[in-house]
Amino acid sequence: MDRIKVAIIGPGNIGSDLMYKVMRSKYLQMEMMVGIVESEGIKRAASKGIKTTIEGIKPLLEEEEIRIVFDATGAKPHLQHAPLLKEAGKIALDLTPAAVGPYVVPSVNLDSVSDLPNLNMVTCGGQATVPIVYAVKRAAGARYAEIVAALSSKSAGPGTRQNIDEFTQTTAKAICTVGGAQKGKAIIILNPADPPIMMTNTIYVQVENPDERAIRESVDRMVKEIQTYVAGYRLRVPPILDGDKVTTIVEVEGAGDFLPKYSGNLDIMNSAAIAVAEKIAQRLLGEGVME
Amino acid sequence: MSGGRYIHLVDSTLRDGSHAVSHQYLPEQVATVAEGLDRAGLDYIEVTHGDGLAGSSFNYGWAAASDEEYLRAAAKAIKKSALTVLLLPGIGTQEDLETAADCGAKAVRVATHVTEADIGEQHIGLAKKLGLKAFGFLMMTHMSPPKKVAEQAKLFESYGADVVYIADSAGAMLPDQVRARVEAVRKEVLVPVGFHAHNNLSVAVANSLAAIETGAVFIDCCCRGLGAGAGNTQTEVLVGVLSKLGYKTGVDFYGVMDVAEQLVEPLMVRPQMIRNVPMMLGYAGVYSSFFLHTNWAAERFGLDPRDILVELGRRRMVGGQEDMIVDVAYQMAKEKGIIKD
Repeated sequence: MDRIKVAIIGPGNIGSDLMYKVMRSKYLQMEMMVGIVESEGIKRAASKGIKTTIEGIKPLLEEEEIRIVFDATGAKPHLQHAPLLKEAGKIALDLTPAAVGPYVVPSVNLDSVSDLPNLNMVTCGGQATVPIVYAVKRAAGARYAEIVAALSSKSAGPGTRQNIDEFTQTTAKAICTVGGAQKGKAIIILNPADPPIMMTNTIYVQVENPDERAIRESVDRMVKEIQTYVAGYRLRVPPILDGDKVTTIVEVEGAGDFLPKYSGNLDIMNSAAIAVAEKIAQRLLGEGVME
Repeated sequence: MSGGRYIHLVDSTLRDGSHAVSHQYLPEQVATVAEGLDRAGLDYIEVTHGDGLAGSSFNYGWAAASDEEYLRAAAKAIKKSALTVLLLPGIGTQEDLETAADCGAKAVRVATHVTEADIGEQHIGLAKKLGLKAFGFLMMTHMSPPKKVAEQAKLFESYGADVVYIADSAGAMLPDQVRARVEAVRKEVLVPVGFHAHNNLSVAVANSLAAIETGAVFIDCCCRGLGAGAGNTQTEVLVGVLSKLGYKTGVDFYGVMDVAEQLVEPLMVRPQMIRNVPMMLGYAGVYSSFFLHTNWAAERFGLDPRDILVELGRRRMVGGQEDMIVDVAYQMAKEKGIIKD
């Protein structure tokens, strides 16, 4: 066995994009797609020769070889899934706002949380900006960090739209708990321009020690690190200092696996989840060898 | 010709007007002005950071005091008027609205970009639950055709909004464009319709009249025409104009003139005239709040602020995207060889 079997709950747009990403992975094997009704996503998975079920999570729990489960449903379903997955000994990667487990941002805190049974992927804005907050913080300290995430209207689904406060509150929390800022704030903007805009994020940090060279070097290193799992992550404006305020702007172009390229916001969530799953898979594979 | 129709005025000197002083009002100044406006008979007095609840930030500028301090100061000073707040979903949250209600707010304007009303559904719902008057406020309406504006206004009405607003946030419209949008919205909704102007092309009063003539019954205004960009419709002028036309507003004309001259004018840091940059906001169709931030970026990167605004307009940036001013300025400065990587 050289790949770890995984399942995806939620065969919508996010789940389908994840499926393509899993199928490309060296460490993961796309084993099962879980839905609750017959849908395009279920048909798509079946057409790739992947096991599917429309009976919810139960058939998945019976599949002993599946070790990692991506939950791309919603906060409420995940609250039900989480204890069942844990009991069945499966590691849950939670792409919903439920946040049963701690936040994980691969380029920042993956090593310290990767042995836990349930990890939350924060928000798209969090995945795009928390690493920069952390990079500035490690070079110069961060009294306060504020981010502005602009998404194309087309890439913001009903889940985001009806719970927009969840985005700002969760992202602000992760800016502090993962990014290391003493205080955090997040703002989200939807822009309907056509053709759609790329996801653009501005990160402001109030630093303790405005050392421009150290900040730029740290941010450059972080951008390269993120690019190892999100190819379309780019620095638009390198850190600019104005007193103790540091402004950095990044954009995220999606890989276009299943979702359009302008959906960089969805792509970075999924790519980060894959990076986490691969890290866990490598550990599990290593343990297998040890046995 | 007006048939004595009643027009509700929403004075925003202490909200949109705060852009003109970079959000540096002191709570005691807010109390003094609010007391004057209340005495003069304004139906609604809006008090918030220019970018709404929780707007105080790097991106929009730090206020001199917190939302709570401003609101408590105003609530104490107001006897009859409805203390009103602005909330932009994505910046402010439902939690912020609960705090505002606790501080004495009686009405809220839930503002979204003209195509994004659905991000305000929860906030309108909460407003109704808290017993606040809820306004659905569509921004940057010059960017969408009348049919789209009407469709989004209808969404706000379906969420429970008591009033729907058409805002010309960029001060880009001319009277015919205003009429077309008010007419389209009135055909779609049963609730009263309001209009918010900016004076970037010197037609704020004319546009407000065009809105009233096509059936709008709520109009926004600021004393001395304060506000983002070249400012809003001037309250005391509007009261006089409406009085000449036979409309009723419940506002004492001399009283509000005195508030403007004696209480608001001393707080102004520059005359509210249509300078070149705000004029370009209207011409290029860019969010009026970008004015002072654009001046800063132009100076920082050695550029003409007008070029920055034209590019922001070309990129179709929406309200709240103040951060993109730096992006545009940086890319322009790089292209011109002013800065190197």
